[in-house]
Amino acid sequence: MAFLQDPTVIVEWLRQLFLGWGLSPSLASLLLYVLGALALATGPLLWVIFLIWFERKAVARIQDRLGPNRVGPYGLLQPFADVLKLLTKEDIIPAKADKFLYWLAPILSLAGVLLLWPAVPLGKGIGGNVNVAVLYLVAVGTLSTFAILLAGWSANNKYALLGAFRTVAQMISYEVPIVLALLVPVLLARSMNLQDIVAAQDVWFVVAAPLAALIFFVASIAEVGRTPFDLLEAESEIIAGFHIEYSGMKFAMFFAGEFLHAFTTGVLGAVLFFGGWRGPGAESYPILGLLYLWIKAFLLYFVIVWIRGTFPRIRIDHLLNFSWKFLTPLALVALMVTAVLDKMLAPLGAWPRALALLVANGVIWLATQRWLRGVEKRLQPPMVAQPGEYPVAHYTPPEPQAAEGD
Amino acid sequence: MVTTFVFVLTAAVMLVAALVAVLKNNLVHAAMGLVVTLFGTAVLFVLLEAYFLAVAQVVIYVGAIAILIVFSIMLTRRVGADWGQQTNATWPFALLVAGLLTVLLGLMVRGWAAVTAQPASQAVPADMTARLGAALVDPNGYVVPFEVASVLLLAALIGAVYVAWGGRKAEKDAQG
Amino acid sequence: MIPLSWYLIVAALLFGIGVYGVLARKNAVAILIGLELMFNAVLVNVLAFWRYLQPTGTAGLVFAVIIFAVAAAEVAVGLALFIAVYRRFGSSDVDDINLLKW
Repeated sequence: MAFLQDPTVIVEWLRQLFLGWGLSPSLASLLLYVLGALALATGPLLWVIFLIWFERKAVARIQDRLGPNRVGPYGLLQPFADVLKLLTKEDIIPAKADKFLYWLAPILSLAGVLLLWPAVPLGKGIGGNVNVAVLYLVAVGTLSTFAILLAGWSANNKYALLGAFRTVAQMISYEVPIVLALLVPVLLARSMNLQDIVAAQDVWFVVAAPLAALIFFVASIAEVGRTPFDLLEAESEIIAGFHIEYSGMKFAMFFAGEFLHAFTTGVLGAVLFFGGWRGPGAESYPILGLLYLWIKAFLLYFVIVWIRGTFPRIRIDHLLNFSWKFLTPLALVALMVTAVLDKMLAPLGAWPRALALLVANGVIWLATQRWLRGVEKRLQPPMVAQPGEYPVAHYTPPEPQAAEGD
Repeated sequence: MVTTFVFVLTAAVMLVAALVAVLKNNLVHAAMGLVVTLFGTAVLFVLLEAYFLAVAQVVIYVGAIAILIVFSIMLTRRVGADWGQQTNATWPFALLVAGLLTVLLGLMVRGWAAVTAQPASQAVPADMTARLGAALVDPNGYVVPFEVASVLLLAALIGAVYVAWGGRKAEKDAQG
Repeated sequence: MIPLSWYLIVAALLFGIGVYGVLARKNAVAILIGLELMFNAVLVNVLAFWRYLQPTGTAGLVFAVIIFAVAAAEVAVGLALFIAVYRRFGSSDVDDINLLKW
């Protein structure tokens, strides 16, 4: 089967087909581009339907519930029922909303996620082959920030605006550690092209740069805005945040965008740190590479869901402090150490180099832990209650009020 | 053919968006106009085969500068506030100056034979991004302006934080 | 291929629009928006000249990178000043900031 060894024959076959219809070559190429774009946009969106089911089921199990189990086997058709419900819902536009921006925001939100896909290498020779791909990922990520900002503003709702402000603070803060962590694989592969980064991973970069992988992962979860970092839609504080006024399909677009973004984070993590499409046999059968990438991405996605199911939400000042005072300096140190060591160890083979970098990362991590312990000791008041004192710092018990007679 | 079409389309969209950015009374809409113009500039950079700078344009301008601008507009305006007159009393003079400047620039471009004559003949080297990176840290290249720019950024960072914090402190003092 | 003059004309128009925005607008942020338009016009010019006159050199690209850095610094400081002014005067119009005027 020629197709299994080289999927690009499909493209050639289609091109011949179009030429056979009497189309001019440039028009045929244009049509192929459009078809490719459609496939790239439709595939992930269909995948989201499964993701929604999976996430609901997984979180339900973690919380000792059953999850969706009524529609179809194991509740597999539940997302379709949800979509039907959302489609038939009334599409509300608030009275003083900014209509144009109100419409634009959900579209931008979904587009910002879908646009990440063209840069992703799906297999040997398939998928993105962009020269400045890593920078492109950062650039496209800004679209989602904009979408949320506009959604929060245009709905003319205080809670929505608060959610949007939180988002901007959070996303701009976490962009910094993400970019710094992204630089580490770029440094190791000496290229910003994701295909080259995958090709350079004879040893997965997670071995050589576990700290960068961890920082990328944590900061990406914050960028997507999932639980521990879902302050932009914290239900108990600002109801639903930026999408409070949205209903029907417009809400569904935000929803699908968030799920897809979480999975895309898994894909990017797999490409940058877990060898992307590489695996046994992937060189000669690119389709296998796609499968490997999917499995790796799905495992990472499962970890994200797992975190969502287990961790409580952080407070907003903790969130920003965590990014600026912990992740960013740590990422800077990791980046500098990697740069220096990698340059020094360049003549060594792939494995010794990776192991040396691993040791260096371990040393950084131990030093960080020591430092954190010291900070903890200095900052925290003793948590043991003294007699006649409340255990929580800064808490003064309320004066007992005399009951008012009626 | 395709590039010409893309150029004309992009230029038209950019100029309309720029007009929106300076004419709209609603400042959020004006900022959106700015964003579209910035994207248009990135497209022009792609047409000029400066791919790295096109992406950098989106990262820096759209991702940081435009978001900051939108953010500060939202911070200083009430939600759903009505947007009154946004031009000052001397706007006709501004129009005159801007129009004159544009006409003069156009005349200058027209009268410049070297400019209208030749389209690009040389190709851009494939490793241009790598060359740019090397030139920026090359002692015989541009390392001094590069370092000065980074010092400027650091100064701007500290200055911005100081200005914003100083304001807060002054406010607290005023309140007692 | 597109002649160089097209780029220059687009940049000139963009610059003119930016100048109008800076001179005619009342709101400080709107003035910054005008400034950004002017910056972009300059960037288009620089890169167009680079592409058409000296595409193998790096001078034009380096110029553009420095302009990026300067623009970022300018916006950061400008907006910080603007927020501070807004706190003090409760207004975002430059016409209202007239303490030094009499």
